[in-house]
Amino acid sequence: MSIAVPSGRARSSRGFNLRQGLRRVVEAAVTPLEIDDVLDVFHPLRRGAELRGRIVEVRPETTEAATIVIKPGRDWAGHQPGQYVRMGVDVDGVRLWRTYSLTHGPRPDGCISITVKAIPDGVVSHYLVHRSRPGQMIQLAQAQGEFVLPQPVPAKLLLVTAGSGITPVIGMLRNLFSRSEPFRGDIVLLHSAMTRDAVIFGPELRGYAARGLIRLVELHTDRHGLLDVADLDELVPDLAERTAYACGPAGLLDALEEHYASRELLLNTERFRPVTVEPGEGGTVSFADGRTVDADGATPILDAAEGAGVLMPSGCRMGICMGCVLPMKEGAVRDLRNGAITVAVPGETGPGGVPIQTCINAAAGPCHLDH
Amino acid sequence: MTAITKKPENPTAHLTPEDIEQLGIELDAIRQDVLDDRGARDAAYIRRIVDVQRRLELASRAVLLGSALPPLWVLGTVGLSVAKILENMEIGHNVMHGQWDWMRDPKIHSTTWEWDNASTAEGWKHSHNEIHHTYTNIVGKDNDLGYGIMRVDEDQRWHPMYLAQPLWNLINACFFEYGIAAYDLELGKNLSVPKEKRSETFKANAKKTLKKIRKQATKDYVVNPALAIPFGGFLPTVAANFTANLVRNVWSHSVIMCGHFPEGVETFERSAIPDNETRGEWYLRQMLGSANISGSKAMHLMTGNLSHQIEHHLFPDLPSNRYAEVAPRVQALFEKYDLNYHAAPLRQQVYSAWHKVVRLSLPNGWLATTNAKNLPSQAKLLWAMTTKGPKVRRAAAARLQQQARKQAAAA
Repeated sequence: MSIAVPSGRARSSRGFNLRQGLRRVVEAAVTPLEIDDVLDVFHPLRRGAELRGRIVEVRPETTEAATIVIKPGRDWAGHQPGQYVRMGVDVDGVRLWRTYSLTHGPRPDGCISITVKAIPDGVVSHYLVHRSRPGQMIQLAQAQGEFVLPQPVPAKLLLVTAGSGITPVIGMLRNLFSRSEPFRGDIVLLHSAMTRDAVIFGPELRGYAARGLIRLVELHTDRHGLLDVADLDELVPDLAERTAYACGPAGLLDALEEHYASRELLLNTERFRPVTVEPGEGGTVSFADGRTVDADGATPILDAAEGAGVLMPSGCRMGICMGCVLPMKEGAVRDLRNGAITVAVPGETGPGGVPIQTCINAAAGPCHLDH
Repeated sequence: MTAITKKPENPTAHLTPEDIEQLGIELDAIRQDVLDDRGARDAAYIRRIVDVQRRLELASRAVLLGSALPPLWVLGTVGLSVAKILENMEIGHNVMHGQWDWMRDPKIHSTTWEWDNASTAEGWKHSHNEIHHTYTNIVGKDNDLGYGIMRVDEDQRWHPMYLAQPLWNLINACFFEYGIAAYDLELGKNLSVPKEKRSETFKANAKKTLKKIRKQATKDYVVNPALAIPFGGFLPTVAANFTANLVRNVWSHSVIMCGHFPEGVETFERSAIPDNETRGEWYLRQMLGSANISGSKAMHLMTGNLSHQIEHHLFPDLPSNRYAEVAPRVQALFEKYDLNYHAAPLRQQVYSAWHKVVRLSLPNGWLATTNAKNLPSQAKLLWAMTTKGPKVRRAAAARLQQQARKQAAAA
């Protein structure tokens, strides 16, 4: 008696089962931990781990900006120059998420880099520029973003950047010029910064200009004032022929978009979201099912929601048992015990939002709870 | 102990409501100081403890593969016991209290943590964080007072079944994790309900707990021993895991007994707690209802800093590594408000707690009125109280208490 089995197929499915079986045995041996918890102790950057990275170098660019080179985990799926990455950084022990442009194209050493400018009151940017050190771990998400050059790269480009708006663009330039056959197109880079010394990547950009790779127009606010869109035609006479990319503060981008729209030209922009949530008194609390509840600034969200008929998890009602914790996806709340404000900005929280205790927090503006 | 309001001298009688509110404000200030300073140092602490615990557990389990050799058995068992104690006490208990939620790390968070214990994190968080920490030491409300199977307060009426409570307590200590699981489920109360009338919540929770117990037992008594089979270590590994669980159970039971059971810790009458208890009043109840264990740094670590039970009960959500730091300030407040800061070495507190378990296994006043001379008549009385029904019991109990009072007055 013989049973014919297509061998390749059988082996792969048996291999699969063996793997699954082995996994179940190991899982049973380490419960209540998961295999990943155990492997993380030894190899946090392995394939299959949650995506993280290890800082390998912190290189000052100006007094207020630094490049952070990061070795990403094995599952890093790569990126295109101009894209950005979301990262969770532990600042004073608290994990805060921010988004930064990647300032290199794919590198031979597999590392990625971001360049951060310390902005006033910027908790994470200050930490990264002044306090981060090689060896520290950070959480990563995969690269994202549409602010990338098309393929093939257009022959004539205009890049308009201001301040840290240079960061996605430097990635594009480095990628173009590090090819074995450097890009030989016609690129104009119009960059605005506070002073000559404050130009991030200043020497590098000037180096590209000296080698004739780009035409660099630097505008220093201390001498030339802010970039005025009205001057664009004078600075770049063939503007209409150039594929345009712009990145910088909202005011500049708004003016540029208006300028381009009025001429029916196309402009690609990248906006860095301003992180300003002004906490107020009370607000509307919305829930995943679409229900909304008006909550004043002195009533715990738990009480307000229950008063409006929402079924809420609850416990001690005095802030000690953590039985009422729910993830806040967006908004601001105030701890009624000591006035401490907790803010959740989409894109700047962990994947699940910021967990808050609803029994001792009152709304400090509109909030969205994932419940 | 007797509920504080029934005592001839209430230890809080000298405090005005204003004092109590001021006390609350001063304790809030201590809490706020820690919150303001909480940061990278604390995060590094808990991450290091978690890392050390995991390495220790893995290393111990690896050593136990060779547990057929007695020295390896001893080494692995000691390591595994310490690892399990650290996991339950300094990590699990404190993470599930939300002490580390502020880090916003989903891997070390009260909402995601599951511990190496028979009881489920969910069940434990309810019975411990919510009930015990909110209603600490209120007779009839805080089930941690005797876990519903023991008499640990004079105000609990004596019944002959309590004669066996030293034995119950010993058994509970050895199998403490299952005791906690049963207790989280309120098993006694729920099983007394006819099967078809039991609540859906109870049934669901019981199912979850059974699943947890099965997984835990599979790990300790099947999978890990099976891995040692090639080295001839199946049975030694089973024994090692059993021993480590036993050590962990007895240790955590002892530490927890020391937190609220030693002589001199106050209890409270349900009816004496106002409906709208103020923050100051709640703080005061926590201050009087807990006892500390004094000792070395290593001892504090192994108790999960529950040796700072008073500080933990005042600030259950502050990181455990901070309790030792705030203890002097808390103690100064006890002195300022003329309250008893109850702290003693482990051996003394364990003895005191056990002494109470034995003393209260007998009717009130029995032990105090018994001496070598009257032992036969006292034994006879106890026998009568045990066998002759409630009427005799009540009369004898009243007489005993009267005698004890007289004796105390004479002394």
